[in-house]
Amino acid sequence: MAEANAKRGSTAARPLSPHLQVYSLEVNMVMSILHRITGAALYVGTVLVAWVLVAAASGPDAFAYVTGLLGTWPGLFVLFGYTWALLHHLVGGVRHFLWDTGRGYDIASIDLLSWATLGVSVGLTLLIWGYVLLSAGGVDL
Amino acid sequence: MSMRTPLKEVRRLGSAKEGADHFWLQRLTGASNLILVVFLIGLTVSLVGADHATVKATIAHPLVALLLILFLVSAAIHMRIGMQVIIEDYVHGEGAKIVLLMLNTFFAIAVAAAGGLSVLKLSFGG
Repeated sequence: MAEANAKRGSTAARPLSPHLQVYSLEVNMVMSILHRITGAALYVGTVLVAWVLVAAASGPDAFAYVTGLLGTWPGLFVLFGYTWALLHHLVGGVRHFLWDTGRGYDIASIDLLSWATLGVSVGLTLLIWGYVLLSAGGVDL
Repeated sequence: MSMRTPLKEVRRLGSAKEGADHFWLQRLTGASNLILVVFLIGLTVSLVGADHATVKATIAHPLVALLLILFLVSAAIHMRIGMQVIIEDYVHGEGAKIVLLMLNTFFAIAVAAAGGLSVLKLSFGG
């Protein structure tokens, strides 16, 4: 397809659309980029879910090995990041569902929804981790 | 009579008549992911610090096993389409693009199959 397109039309040097660096940073733009980045991170993160399931199915030793790794500081850091990425992408998805209905397209709503996406995803992440770390069955550190 | 030349068909630039399929499938699996991810987080939080026997018994419950498998399938479809868009946006070499799109499909299926098989083994295995 790319080759076919390249052969069409003239090779005149037409002006390109403005590149990223000339835009001022807007919150909805950051949320849009974060939605894609968290999506790509979750793509890799599903390996973690499959890994834990495979380990559990393999037996107590394999399971203890994986949960032991995930219980270290780097492991917990990855899990914390995964939790936030998951929730951010999820909340961002809800925002997209709202936009799909044609609502919330005025600038004020877009700004509010964008900030809300960040606030809710961070808030939920802290809530879940606070619960896990403070509850009786908390993580052994 | 159409005024269009058949050339566009040769160049594969005609309408594939499937333009909205990915858009819709991404929304459909997005909605199912929304429910299934909430379940997955709840399940994970409830199993923090649990020993292997507890985890195995929990996943072996038919409802938990069913929801886990539904999550794996729904997530695999969603992430495959999502990564396809990313690849198509950034990879412009035709050969590299086709290889990456193939690997993308393999990866999504492999993750879902590995996780799904494990859930089945925990459910039915000794």
